[in-house]
Amino acid sequence: MTATVQALGLTKVYSGQTVVDGIELAVFPGECFGLLGPNGAGKTTTLRMLLGQTPPDAGSLTVLNHRIPEDARDMRARVGLVPQQDNLDPDFTVLENLRVYASYFGLSGPALQRRIDELLGFVQLEAKAQAGISTLSGGMKRRLTLARALINQPDLLILDEPTTGLDPQARQIIWQRLRSLLAQGRTLILTTHYMEEAERLCDRVAIMDHGRILACGSPHALIKQYIEPHVLEVYGPEVETWQEDVARQHARRTERVGETVFCYAEDEGALLDDLRRRPQLRFMHRPGNLEDVFLILTGRELRE
Amino acid sequence: MNHTLPTISLRWIPVWRRNFLVWRKLIGPALLGNFGEPLLYLLALGYGLGSFVGEVGGLSYSVFLAAGIVCGSAMNTATFEGLYSAYTRMAHQQTWGGMLATPLSVDDIVLGEMIWAGTKSLLSAAPILLVAALLGLVHGWAALWVLPVVLLAGVCFGALALVVTALAKSYDFFLYYFTLIVTPMFLFSGVFFPLDGMPMAVQWGAQVLPLTHAIAIVRPLMTGQPLPHLLPHLLVLLGYGAVAFYLAIGLLRRRLLA
Repeated sequence: MTATVQALGLTKVYSGQTVVDGIELAVFPGECFGLLGPNGAGKTTTLRMLLGQTPPDAGSLTVLNHRIPEDARDMRARVGLVPQQDNLDPDFTVLENLRVYASYFGLSGPALQRRIDELLGFVQLEAKAQAGISTLSGGMKRRLTLARALINQPDLLILDEPTTGLDPQARQIIWQRLRSLLAQGRTLILTTHYMEEAERLCDRVAIMDHGRILACGSPHALIKQYIEPHVLEVYGPEVETWQEDVARQHARRTERVGETVFCYAEDEGALLDDLRRRPQLRFMHRPGNLEDVFLILTGRELRE
Repeated sequence: MNHTLPTISLRWIPVWRRNFLVWRKLIGPALLGNFGEPLLYLLALGYGLGSFVGEVGGLSYSVFLAAGIVCGSAMNTATFEGLYSAYTRMAHQQTWGGMLATPLSVDDIVLGEMIWAGTKSLLSAAPILLVAALLGLVHGWAALWVLPVVLLAGVCFGALALVVTALAKSYDFFLYYFTLIVTPMFLFSGVFFPLDGMPMAVQWGAQVLPLTHAIAIVRPLMTGQPLPHLLPHLLVLLGYGAVAFYLAIGLLRRRLLA
């Protein structure tokens, strides 16, 4: 199977600092691929290289069988982008935004009008066709941006933090829409800070930090590889003593972050029995998740 | 800086068309400004100041001034479009960023923007020409040749402004360009008074300014005087436009595709 995106040794250096450091990436047709990482990990730079908006300093890159950046113009005719920052045209209505953006692809005429009607239905904005951009909510703007990215019927859709800043209802709609695009067989690449979003949507994810890919695989496989099946988050008075005396015996790994002790265990029984006898300690028992993997790989230090 | 030669294609048209559609939405205030301001200049300076000045080089002052106002307005309109409006589309609205995710390139955007700046010059100069004609300040139909010249001058000033925009970190930066270049050019290119009376140094200095050459073509066309050096004047405008186009593309490629 030919990869939709194939990157080998992809590197980008900004004024002496290596922002993307020789990454290998393969995204296959019809999959949803997530690029995860803290701020400054190199996700957005990677996306910009994929789009041909900045030339790599080393390595090779093919997107939809086009060599990038040489052949980027033809590639972009078949790609849609939902950017991180809203760049809808504030002087135009919803409908005009779609029409004008379509003109950048050289699209017009009755076929375009049908496409626009279909897309407005797809993102549930039919009633807002004549509305000005300033009257739209954040969620509506994001849906319009999604419709705009689909105007050229792209084979590959790239989404840079598609749900950042949206309320839960608005995120649910975006997720639904992305799932139905996947069901249509389109290929999706997205970046996100929300691990549960990646876990829900992505077939595979790559976790990036300091310009490198630290791990790549399905969310399920990564959780299995890096995290014990049971996680207990424990907090309360003298939790440090409990960590030393009890948790270390029964959990494979423990970690204290501020007031909370994280216990990662193969078997939860002994820990739960002990905790039930200590009413002063509060705890939450949950399965290991992608956020645990992310934090193990990228650390808990705050990033700017 | 990426020195590859600019790629010229018809893809500039959607960029131009986008700006035209926005302009059309705000056509009321736009046209009022286009007609109103030059009319005030012509009346206040042409008739007010003109009654003291009398004749300039064998022309009534109003007739002399009309050609200057046409060119000055063309310059100011294209410059404003290439600075403030273009910067807004580049930095604040991310309009260009949106375009760069489609098959459009930086070259298409620069070409579309500078032709749009020229179009704005035309949209501001044509009403002045009409007003001047209605006031009897235009010699004959040959004055219609002013329109393509204004378009060329507007494209040239638009391209120069885009070079400044490519270097700007904020709107404040444009004050340098206005104070050091545009305002002196407006005052010393022969808009308000003929340059012959000036010291030789000023006269030679004025030959460097593109506005001087635009006026040197437009004034004879509007007043019916002979126009002996058309080609050199056109070449100066074309030269400024071409160099600015090349520079703007290089600088904007560096800025937007870094």
